This record gives sequence, structure tokens and C-alpha cells, in this order.
Amino acid sequence: MSSDAMAIGAVEIEGRPWVETLHDWITTVDHKRLGILYILFALLFLLIGGLEAIVIRIQLMHAHNDFVSPQVFNRMFTMHGTTMIFFVIMPFMFGFANYLVPLMIGARDMAFPRLNAFSFWLTAFGGFLLYFSFLGGSGLYGAGTAPDVGWWAYAPLTSRAFSPGHSADYWTIAVLVSGFGSIGTATNIIATILSMRCPGMTLSRMPLMGWMTLVMSGLVLISISPLSAAQIMLLVDRYLGGHFFDTQAGGSATLWMHFFWIFGHPEVYILVIPAFAFASEIIPVFSRKPIFGYPVMVAATVCIGFISMSVWAHHMFTIGMDSAANTFFVLTTMAIAVPTGIKIFNWLGTMWGGKLQFKTPMLFCIAFLFQFLIAGLTGIMLGAAPFNWQLSGSYFVVAHFHYVIVGAILFCMFGAIYYWYPKITGRMLDERLGKLHFWLFVIGFHLTFDLMHIPGVLGMPRRIYTFEPGRGWDSLNWIISIGAFIQGIATLLFLTNLVVSYFKGPKAGNDPWDAWTLEWSVSSPPPVYNFAVIPTVESRRPLWDRKHPEDPDSRYE
Amino acid sequence: MEWEGVARLGAGILLLVFGLLLAAGLCTASTPGENPVPNIFQPHSTPADSIFHLSLFVLTITGLIFLVVFILLVYALAKFRARPGDSPHEPPQVYGSTQIELAWTVIPILIVVVLFLATTRVIHAVQDATKPANVVEVIAIGHQFWWEFRYPALGIVTANELHIPVSDPANPTPTYLKLLSADTDHSFWVPQLAGKTDLIPNRVNTMWMDPHRTGIFLGQCAQYCGTQHAKMLLQVKVDSREDFEAWANAQKQPAKQDESVSAGRHVFETTACINCHAVAGTAAKGRFGPDLTHMMSRSTIASGAAENTPENLGMWIQDPDMIKPGSLMPAMKLSDAELDSLVRYLETLR
Amino acid sequence: MSAISTPIAQTPGAWKLPYRSKVGMACLIIAESAIFTIFVVAYLYYAGKSLTGPTPREVLDPPIFYTICLLSSSLTIHFASRFLERGGRGAFLGFWFLTIFLGGLFLFGTGREWHRLIYEHGLTISTNLFGTTYYSLVGLHAFHVTVGLIMLSIVFLFGLAGRVGSEQSARVEVLSMYWHFVDAVWVVVFTVVYILGR
Repeated sequence: MSSDAMAIGAVEIEGRPWVETLHDWITTVDHKRLGILYILFALLFLLIGGLEAIVIRIQLMHAHNDFVSPQVFNRMFTMHGTTMIFFVIMPFMFGFANYLVPLMIGARDMAFPRLNAFSFWLTAFGGFLLYFSFLGGSGLYGAGTAPDVGWWAYAPLTSRAFSPGHSADYWTIAVLVSGFGSIGTATNIIATILSMRCPGMTLSRMPLMGWMTLVMSGLVLISISPLSAAQIMLLVDRYLGGHFFDTQAGGSATLWMHFFWIFGHPEVYILVIPAFAFASEIIPVFSRKPIFGYPVMVAATVCIGFISMSVWAHHMFTIGMDSAANTFFVLTTMAIAVPTGIKIFNWLGTMWGGKLQFKTPMLFCIAFLFQFLIAGLTGIMLGAAPFNWQLSGSYFVVAHFHYVIVGAILFCMFGAIYYWYPKITGRMLDERLGKLHFWLFVIGFHLTFDLMHIPGVLGMPRRIYTFEPGRGWDSLNWIISIGAFIQGIATLLFLTNLVVSYFKGPKAGNDPWDAWTLEWSVSSPPPVYNFAVIPTVESRRPLWDRKHPEDPDSRYE
Repeated sequence: MEWEGVARLGAGILLLVFGLLLAAGLCTASTPGENPVPNIFQPHSTPADSIFHLSLFVLTITGLIFLVVFILLVYALAKFRARPGDSPHEPPQVYGSTQIELAWTVIPILIVVVLFLATTRVIHAVQDATKPANVVEVIAIGHQFWWEFRYPALGIVTANELHIPVSDPANPTPTYLKLLSADTDHSFWVPQLAGKTDLIPNRVNTMWMDPHRTGIFLGQCAQYCGTQHAKMLLQVKVDSREDFEAWANAQKQPAKQDESVSAGRHVFETTACINCHAVAGTAAKGRFGPDLTHMMSRSTIASGAAENTPENLGMWIQDPDMIKPGSLMPAMKLSDAELDSLVRYLETLR
Repeated sequence: MSAISTPIAQTPGAWKLPYRSKVGMACLIIAESAIFTIFVVAYLYYAGKSLTGPTPREVLDPPIFYTICLLSSSLTIHFASRFLERGGRGAFLGFWFLTIFLGGLFLFGTGREWHRLIYEHGLTISTNLFGTTYYSLVGLHAFHVTVGLIMLSIVFLFGLAGRVGSEQSARVEVLSMYWHFVDAVWVVVFTVVYILGR
């Protein structure tokens, strides 16, 4: 059966030329197709970023290894970080938001369909521009290809003097352009949520996914812009002779740091809050209970949004700020731990007293809970400034943020795919392969990232292409690399599942998980118009009300 | 679905194993100078000590939190899993509980306040410590990819290996470092002596350390500064008071003049060497590269990238990329004879 | 599961949500404000820190007249909007054109000032920290004015072709939100550059 016949639903069209299908997809403004494009784009770059990680880990298997040169290694970790953050997680989250939000709020599309398409293509262009640097980065100086300045691109390493050639420009412009795409999508999401909810869906009846996407989009608006501003300043320095970050002219290297981290910290909440959203949709369904404490979950998320704008310099505890400044940022960092931490209790409370079904989406969310707990606790350690003076810039930090990004965020992303793949494609993913993926990935993840804390504590800094033998780092690094290879294999299994199930998976039907939000009320995949009749809702779980008319939620909310 | 329970147990055991591994790793013993492991949990100086004690406090609290939540999670997974014989009805639909949610908000707030206060105390103890009368002042200047150390009061300029005196707690003689940078951002990190502080161009940072025992303490640059960031290694040699004075006196002297190596000295002074390097008492006054006046008093070359042997020295001069690809020292491309006499000259710079 | 919702009686028009384009423009304004804030912070941080070259006090001359032009254009665009709501197409076009004219005058004034600074005082973006931050901040604003003028001109052309009536007043309102934002930014930039920074 041809793919376009599936996407349209009941109506089948025979024998369309593939160029027509391709044209449809390239010119689409339908939120569901754009969502799928975002997700496929993210999965492609997940593979590429993962390959970069494998190169890094092979190089670090032994002290004084020479698998790659220092120049290549430095490009690898720069591209790995930049790719994973800007071209994997963010597009993935925007993709799911795009696909699900209109369906969950009873709308037929996003508020601005053409802006939606434009924003996607801006992001896609940014991704391909970044990778074009491997070909074009040398410029006239012959100096380097892909950017090698780290994904934070600290000044003055990025100045013309220390980064001749164009590699730093590829980083700057690719991320700048995709940043505009992100702002466009965030605007779209906010306008959709505020202006297009179906009748009866007050903000307090919106699925938590809606709230969390709303907060995430608000954060995008006010935190991507500082990065864009700083990148424009960097371009002024590099091309117009400006002195924003030119320390020889009295400029300040720390100013770049402030601007970057004013973006960088809210950015990590932009990445993790949609992961929270996935968990908040999946855990209730597989516990057969509503989310515990919906109002507090909303309040906590909004709190996180606000406080996250005030913690940025905890990434800069070692730059020599005075004790008053350091103390302030310890305070705000500790403060943000509270709304973040209590969410774990809310998810726990949701599971408590329920009937837990350990299907693959739920397995990933359970692992997320354990791993996010640990990640949060190592975050608290890093928030204690003096402890940070030892741990920052070391593999402890690398372990911490991978614990969040892989252990919490990627696990929720996997869970989301297993949960919503049936809705998007109309077919179920293979459950056994899913469980194999899960366990293999858990083993690889813990081998790598549990142990990775130790070299940090033993003095191993980050971003080093090789390390000295005999410092207690050798065997640990070897095992860490093995774990990475295992995660790679697990991911390949997962991708196989995605492809094979598309053609051979059992049909899903509208509502394979017996869930309660509006997207499960339409066919799988949904018709292009989403809803034949715009629904009216009376509670947070409209499908629960329909399935249990004798005991609807509306009676209790 | 019974195997799920077994799998859960397996996961729990895995976690326990990792916890043990972690603990084992943390307790890795080291004696400076023998098998040096720059372990932050083996401090030998007051700032590192203060941090260590704070870290124990933080680890205890976070460890307890982890245990409590972990146990609750495992219990919930075991107790509330769907079993084959269950009734088909949905479980009681509980929407929340104000009391419980209040409790689990207030308790974390209290914990966070305690952590904040403990942390603030240490921040002040380290950053706002009163500077005693007898300190050794050192200016550390970060370069791509080596460390310049100046002792202004003693009139010494050296590189890469920092000598400081041991500090007796009864009569402290800490070392205060002023941190500057000649190019990009760097970071001075010797875990057993202090937390790291960055060297940032156009900015002056300070840090201090008062080692309680003699020995060699290892560290390296901890802020990505370019291609050879990985090989910008640090050695801090903590000497007894007498040894330090002896070292300082030797460093103050100009370079030894030895007629037998005058050919090598001629090579040094007529090729581009003197553009970057300085040798006190000669015409060489370059400051872009390390001061070589007493380079043979150092155990390594290229900021720790290689042992200080004649073979390595020759290799370094002929083609630095063999040892440190991407370092800013150019390949000198000397003839074998010139190289040989040059190395012999350099070997006299004790 | 049926896709048809349980029929519930509802009062027509009871479910009122904000106009999506206004929300979208508000979002854009928030994001742009964040960008401008960063440039303003850089300007203030570097005030007085230039190592060489002309200082603001020596070379800056507050463009009072052109500021009045730009701020008045907020007034004229407001009137234009009001007239359009009530269907007064002629008055709308007149005030709309006045807005464009005043905005264009402001840009002209900026150009004149830059010409003077570059050719009489030798201040360019690469001269010193003041030059870098001044041209970046004022230039970023001027860029936004230019984009605004282009959009206003397009609407003006549509208006001349008779295609802008009271049905389009909501959309025109959204565009005038942008224009007001550009003016508000100028108030901040003017204060920071010509009052505080000297």
C-alpha cells in the first residue's frame, strides 16, 4: 500500500508518481506532515550525532590513542553537541508539539500553517548548512573545516585571530538561522494554544502536554533571542571589525559567556519540559489513573520557566565572580530544584495505587524517573558553588548533563515514539523488539554514564582529545566506550523497529492504549482535517467522560 | 508478566553494582609522586579541604534523598503492577492531595535552605579569606598551550611546573596566584590543592592554596582553549621551605655560560628561537614561548607533553607536531649538526 | 470510538479566544524585545570602556527632530487604524502615508547622522567599543524601521488599489502593533545612547 494512501485515511489514491508525493511533502503546510518531517529530520541527525559520539569514544578508549587527530576530535565534540541540541532534540520536540497540540486541543491545524512550514525549512537549512562546513569550511585560509570551538563557542576562541577560515561562521550562521525557525514555531504554538482551543477547553482543562509546550515556547521566545543577538555580535566582530568580544580593544570574554548562558540555561529547560510533557501523558495512561496534582504540575512548570531565567551563571562559577554573585546563583539554582524535584513525586503519586502496565512506552518513562532523579541530584551537587569549582569542566559535568539529556530526555523521546507511533502511522511497533531496545539501551546507558562520573572526580577535564595514563582514568574510559557502542546497537534496533513495523506492524485502530485525550478519538492516522466536527469538552479527560458517562471527570474537577 | 518482576530485580542489582563501583572509584588511593591520581576527594590544601567537607555533606543529603525516592519507586512498581487475576475495573481515580503535595514541597524547600547555607559558608571561607602576611605571590599567565609563572617578589620567570613552599598551619605561608591570559580562556585546575579558577584575557582572577604536605600534585588546563588543550598539563611541586629557597635562588641566576656549547648557543641566537624564547643573561628576550633560562630544572617539556630528555628535545625542535600536533611552536628544520649542538647547548640551561 | 462529540447545548459566541494574529505579533514583539535588550546591555556595559577614539560626549548630537518624527508616526498610524475601522478609507490612506513619510524621514535623519559621524569624526563600527555598540544598536533599530516601512508601503499600495477596507482593520491593527513596538524601542535606545550613555 503506498504511503500517501495511508496518510489520507479512508480515501485511497492509486499509482501517484513519486515526484508528486515528494512535492506534496515539500510544500505541505499540514501540521501533521510538518511534525513528521521534524521528527524524521531529528532521527537522521540523531544517527549522525551518535556517530560523532562513537568517534569520540573510540579515541578515548586508551590513553594517547591516535584514532583521530586532535583537530578532528575537537570538531567531533563541537559538532556532536551542536547537532544533538539544535538539530535533534529541539526539532524532535517541535515535531511532536506540531503533531499533537492541535489534535489535543481539538483544532484542525496550527494557527499559522505557512509560518509552520517556513520555520521547519529554516531549521532544516540550518542543519544542512552546519554539515556543509565539512566541505566548505576551509575558505581561503585552509584552516579547518567543521567548527571546532565547542558548542558554546566561547570568545575569544571564536575571533578571527584564533579561528581563521570559516568554520566558526558555519556554526554561527547555521544556529542563528535555525534559531529564527525555533522562534517562528514557538510563536505558532503559543498562538495555537491561546487562540484555537475547542469549546469548553479552558486552559485548566488542557492536557499537560499543552501547558508544558506553552511554557517551553515562551522560554524559546526569550532565551533563543539572546543567543541570536550574541551571534549577530560575533558576526559583527568577525566581519565588520567590531569589538564586542575583542579583549585587545577592551572587550569582554565574559560578556559572551553571560549572553550564551542566559540562553543556555533556559535552553536545557526547553529541552526537558517537553520530555516532562510526554511522561505526564504516558504515565497516567499506563497507571490507569489521572495525573496526580494537575494544578501543581502546571504551577511548577510555570515556576521553572520563570526561575530558569535567573540561574544562568551557575555555568560560570569558575570565572572569578565575587562571593556575592556566586552566592546569588547558588540560591536561584537551589530554588529551581524544588519545582523540578516535586514533579518526580507527582509522577510517583500517579503510579501509586494504580494498575501499572509495563508496555514499552511505560518502561521508558519508568527508567526516566530513576534517571532524572539521579540527574537532578548530581545537579544539586553542581549547584553548590565550591563543589562546582572542582567538578566543572570535568567529566562529572559531562556525565550529569548526559544523564539528563539521554537518561531523562531521550528516554522520554523513545517513550513518546512508542506511544504515538500507532497514532501517526496506524500501526503498532513491535513490543518484543521494543523491550529488547529498552533493556539494551539501559545497560549501555548505565555502563557509560554511571561510570563517567568517576574520571571527573579523579581530575579528568572535558574536551580533551587524549588523556594521560596512570591517573586512574584508563579502565573507566574503556568501559564507558563499550557502553556507548551498546547504546549505538540498541538505537539501530530501534530504527529497524520503526521501519519494519511501518510495513508489517499490526493495525492500531483509533485508541490502542485506551487513553483519554482527544487525539485518540480520531482514526490512526488522523484524517487531514483532524476532526469532522470540532469537539466540545467538559473536563481534562474528554475520552474518559465518553467511556465512563456514569462517572465523568467533570464531576470532580 | 512475571518476568517483569525479575527484570526489575535485575535492574536493582545492576544499580547496586554501579553504586559499589562508584564508591570504589572514589576511594582510589594515591600518593603524590608515586602513582598520582588527582582525586578531588584526597585534598591536601585548605581550599580543597573545605570543598571536600562540603561535598561530603551534599553527598550525604543527596544520597539520603536518592534512597528514599528509589525505595518508594521500586515499592510502587512492585506493589501496583497489573496482575493477570485483577478485576477489569479501573483503580480509584485520585486527582491529588493538598496535604501530601504541601508536605513534599515544604520538605525540599527546607533541605534546599540547609544546603544553601552550608554552601554560602564555604564560598566565603574560600573567596573572602583574609590574606596573611607571609604569602608567596605568583602571577600565572595562560598561553596556548603552556603556563607562564612569574614570581615578582623573587624576580623569577619560569614555565609549566610551579614550585611552591609547603604551608605550616601554625604559621601559614600560602601561595596566592594572580591569573591572567595572553590569548584565550584557560583554567587552572590542580584538584588536590584547590578548586579551579579560569584565566580569562582582559580580566584578573585570583586564587590561593596552602599545601599541607610536600610532593608533586598533578593537574591540567580545564577550559577548552584550542587544539592542544589536552596537553596543557600542570605540575605543582610543593617543596619544603629550604628546598623552595634553594630552588628560588637557583632560578634567579642568569643562564650558565659554557664555552663548550657556544656553537649551539650561536644557533639559538641566530635562528628564530630568540623571537619567542628568553634566556636570562643573553640576547634572547622573547616572551611568546616559555622562558628557557632553567629549562633543565623541569622534568617535562611542552607543558608536560613529553619527558625532558635530549631525544625528546631534539624531536620537539625539529617537528613539534610529532609530540603536540597543533602547538604554536614552528618546526625549526635545522640540519642534524645544528640540531645536535643546539640540544647540547639547551642541556646546559640548568 | 466515535469521532462525534456528545451533543451539548451551547450559547453561540460564548467561546471567545484571542485573535491569533495579535497573539503571534505579541510573541514576535517579546522575542525582538529580548534581542534588543541584549544589545542595550552590551551598550551600557561597554559605556566608558573604550580604550581609544571619539567618546559619545564628543560626537553625539541628540536627533530631537527626527525622534519627534518617529514618535509622531505612532500617532498617525493610530489615527489611520481608527479611521479604517470606521470605513474611512481616504483618511486611512492619508494618515498611513503620513506614517510612512515620517518613518522615512527618521531613516533619512539616521543616515545623515551616520554620514557625519563617519566622515567628520572618523567613528566607524570598528573604531572602538563605542563605535561597535553604537552602530550595532542604532543599526538594528534602523533595520527594524526599514522592514516596517516596507510592510507599511505594501499595505499602502494595496490600499491605493482599493483592497483595504474595514474588513482588513484587524490585520492592519496587527501591523500597527509592530510599528508601535519599533517606536517604543526607539524611546529606549534614545534614552540609553543619547542620555544615559553620555
